[in-house]
Amino acid sequence: MTDPKPLKIAIASGKGGTGKTTLSTNLAAYIAEQHEVVLVDLDVEEPNSGLFFKGELIHEEAIFKMIPQWDEKKCTLCGICTKVCNYHAVIQLGPSILVFPELCHSCYACSELCPAAALPMIPKKTGMLRDFQTGKLHFVDGRLDIGEEQAVPLISKTKKYVAHKYGHVSIAIFDSPPGTSCPVMEATKDADFVILVTEPTPFGLHDLSLAVETMRALHKPFGVVVNRYGIGNDEVITYCREENIPVLAKIPNNRKIAELYSSGKLMYQDFPEIKKSLSQILEYCVKEAKGGRA
Amino acid sequence: MKEIVVISGKGGTGKTSITASFAMLGGADVVVADCDVDAADMHLLMQPDYNFADDFYSGEVAYIDQSNCISCGKCVDICRFDAISVKKKLYVVDPISCEGCGYCARVCPTKTIVNKNRLAGKWFISKIKTGSIMVHARLGIGADNSGKLVAKVKNEAKEIALEERKGFILVDGSPGIGCPVVSSLSGANFVVLVTEPSVSGLHDLKRVYELVKKFNIKAGCIINKADVNPGKCAEIAQFLTENDIVHLTDLPYDENFTRAMVLGQTMVEYDHGKLNELLTESWENVKKLSSG
Repeated sequence: MTDPKPLKIAIASGKGGTGKTTLSTNLAAYIAEQHEVVLVDLDVEEPNSGLFFKGELIHEEAIFKMIPQWDEKKCTLCGICTKVCNYHAVIQLGPSILVFPELCHSCYACSELCPAAALPMIPKKTGMLRDFQTGKLHFVDGRLDIGEEQAVPLISKTKKYVAHKYGHVSIAIFDSPPGTSCPVMEATKDADFVILVTEPTPFGLHDLSLAVETMRALHKPFGVVVNRYGIGNDEVITYCREENIPVLAKIPNNRKIAELYSSGKLMYQDFPEIKKSLSQILEYCVKEAKGGRA
Repeated sequence: MKEIVVISGKGGTGKTSITASFAMLGGADVVVADCDVDAADMHLLMQPDYNFADDFYSGEVAYIDQSNCISCGKCVDICRFDAISVKKKLYVVDPISCEGCGYCARVCPTKTIVNKNRLAGKWFISKIKTGSIMVHARLGIGADNSGKLVAKVKNEAKEIALEERKGFILVDGSPGIGCPVVSSLSGANFVVLVTEPSVSGLHDLKRVYELVKKFNIKAGCIINKADVNPGKCAEIAQFLTENDIVHLTDLPYDENFTRAMVLGQTMVEYDHGKLNELLTESWENVKKLSSG
């Protein structure tokens, strides 16, 4: 490899359930037939990619976010911490300071601006990271604890783990959360290329147009894969043409594919045309990402 | 007035199509709240008139006034979000990374950093084709979906429902288990879980139900595309029984869902056969359960 930096492909979509995980898992397994690849599930609220692989668990760790902890003995009740917290995560109740971890963004302002050093930052578990291996495929997922509300710090830490541990692997695929808000931005902002998966329906088109705006705001190169092609109408294809967005592949609507997915099975081996699509998608990403760096 | 929230954990299970059908069946007695503000689709089926529109501000974003900046670099040192960088010798804030904590403004020795209110999106009150009202919103691109806009949409819907003496609020929630979902669940009388018989559907259903349990809300479940995997379907049915979740109905895999959507119609407008019957039955059941 002449390029030491791994190629990072993020797979995203505005609308949920369009086939992000189907594409991520099949593409990763296809690449792993010949090359080492790492698949990272960043849909930490509902991570599903792991359901499609049986691998050996090689590493597992708890992921923490930093929150302040009140030290009653040092506190002078000056009230600065409650004033500097923009998230109302630190409040004073009579002679006590209360911290609401779920509101805290870990900005450290209360802790570092406390004149008495009475709010040291301590780690609080928000989720788990797991790392599996099967053949040439490495699979890493982040999994948010139920009741935890902030996905972004866990996404960020999962990416850091991958960059550190699998910096030598030439291709990394990131299965991103649905939507267009902060978790998606976090999951896609370091990618060399983003694939937006959509379906040819009014909901699919509407949410695709939001995802396109998001990718343009991030200045990311991206292309579209149309899943369940054949249902709905042609408006997604027309939209892509008018907006000059490359359509990398059209995956046909086929009940058999839905059935395989429902059982947690990969499908590209059963459908030669899809295997061909995967190879085209990969080729395009490699070409685009190289072009983008040159 | 009862509040019914429809969520799914996994995206693409048919949540919005089912919610829209319920809204149609409920007619004038149901105020609709589209709380999937991140990828709102309800408006594509409800013909809203956007009668009222307003900007929604939430949180702050740092702004550096270049004329007073002495390039001391303190702001960069303390920012935990890597939101401030030096470009062409100027200190600039990346509004996408900035979380508006305000720490930089507090440490800036020349007070040249100020926090501005962040435009997070737009929200609307519309008359819709069901003869009722819908409150809906559009989150700004890359905005922080902290649940605040969700709460705004829901509270407005609640006020309208109380004022106009409506029987129900019907909430289309977002996928996942994070802040927007937590925000749409709070205060609900009944939760409808929409799932599909797949490994992902069941996995996500279990996670989102864990969250519902924390709120102690009674729940019912619709298994959509049930015939795609009868085995998985039975597994889900068993999970429902074990957890005392009402198994509302099974809907078949039917491309009429898409055909109706293409025409901008709800399923109960498009289909007058079996699907219509099953959805009508479910809605009557949901109404009863939410009031019980």
